[in-house]
Amino acid sequence: MGKAAFRRGLGHGVPIALGYLSVAFAFGIQAAGGGLTPLQAVLISMTNLTSAGQVAGLSLMVAGAPLYEMALTQLVINLRYALMSLSLSQRLDAGMTTPWRALLAFGNTDEIFAVASSQPGEIGRAYLTGLICLPYVGWAGGTLLGAAAGALLPVLLTDALGIAIYGMFLAVILPPARSRRSVRLVVVAAAVMSCILRYAPAFSSISGGFSIILCAVSAAALGAWRFPVREAE
Amino acid sequence: MDAKTYCLYVLVMAGVTYLIRAIPLTLFQRKLNSPFIRSFLYYVPYAVLGAMTFPDVFTSAGAPAPSLLGTAAALLLAWRGKSMVVVALGACAAALCASLVLMLI
Repeated sequence: MGKAAFRRGLGHGVPIALGYLSVAFAFGIQAAGGGLTPLQAVLISMTNLTSAGQVAGLSLMVAGAPLYEMALTQLVINLRYALMSLSLSQRLDAGMTTPWRALLAFGNTDEIFAVASSQPGEIGRAYLTGLICLPYVGWAGGTLLGAAAGALLPVLLTDALGIAIYGMFLAVILPPARSRRSVRLVVVAAAVMSCILRYAPAFSSISGGFSIILCAVSAAALGAWRFPVREAE
Repeated sequence: MDAKTYCLYVLVMAGVTYLIRAIPLTLFQRKLNSPFIRSFLYYVPYAVLGAMTFPDVFTSAGAPAPSLLGTAAALLLAWRGKSMVVVALGACAAALCASLVLMLI
């Protein structure tokens, strides 16, 4: 059973890995541009596994910012993971002992969380381990390639790759939004609020990471209030 | 940047990011009872992804035209229930085509 679940996870990780390869590639180029060696760039990707946090962290590093600023920035940008981990914690099966939770928590990225949550029923350690494997390799490998050889690729191509990750997000949220009014409400509310926070001058001081938390909490609360979920779902 | 400074930065980055992920996942091992909290957590993935996708997707492929065309392609493919790979690559292809056309005219 564990083997089949692991393999199923591996398969579900393929599109994430492809997306990561391209996004990490862009990060690698940026890191090399900031003066980091390919090895230094890869080490960041292997220990952090987070796109927005790494991009922000890189610029702070290059600028020589104080360590407390680095810690605060990561906290604000990545706090959304706490929300995702909390959501995921309610879906794990009995085989997820504390050590496994502590280990697999490392791989709880936006995309892995999205795919894992879209699975029916409880989530086991074999499936989640399989799901994390390839994206991790893609993330580290993409960073290495980007840092070492990014300048060789035409801008036209690297620009186009930037949209890959969002295509993946849309593939996760649109089908359920189409078939269920409750999910549609939540997605539209989150998207509209996020656009308002971005473009309305009054909110220009709100950082990207904090804006995501604000929008997600409001939209999910709206959904829970208007369309409470029954146990069977 | 010397090796020690680099290591300190990476340690702080990685440590903070890991703790944010690990604390809720290891702390909440029991199912929460409140129907509201349960419903709230059920909607969190959709809300998070909705907020992360918009408006960033509109500027995700460089210039406005490729980004918008890529977005339109992604919306259409995803709405029709295509797999993640198809939607992601379709969006990239549409954006690339738009960039090429822009370059030629």
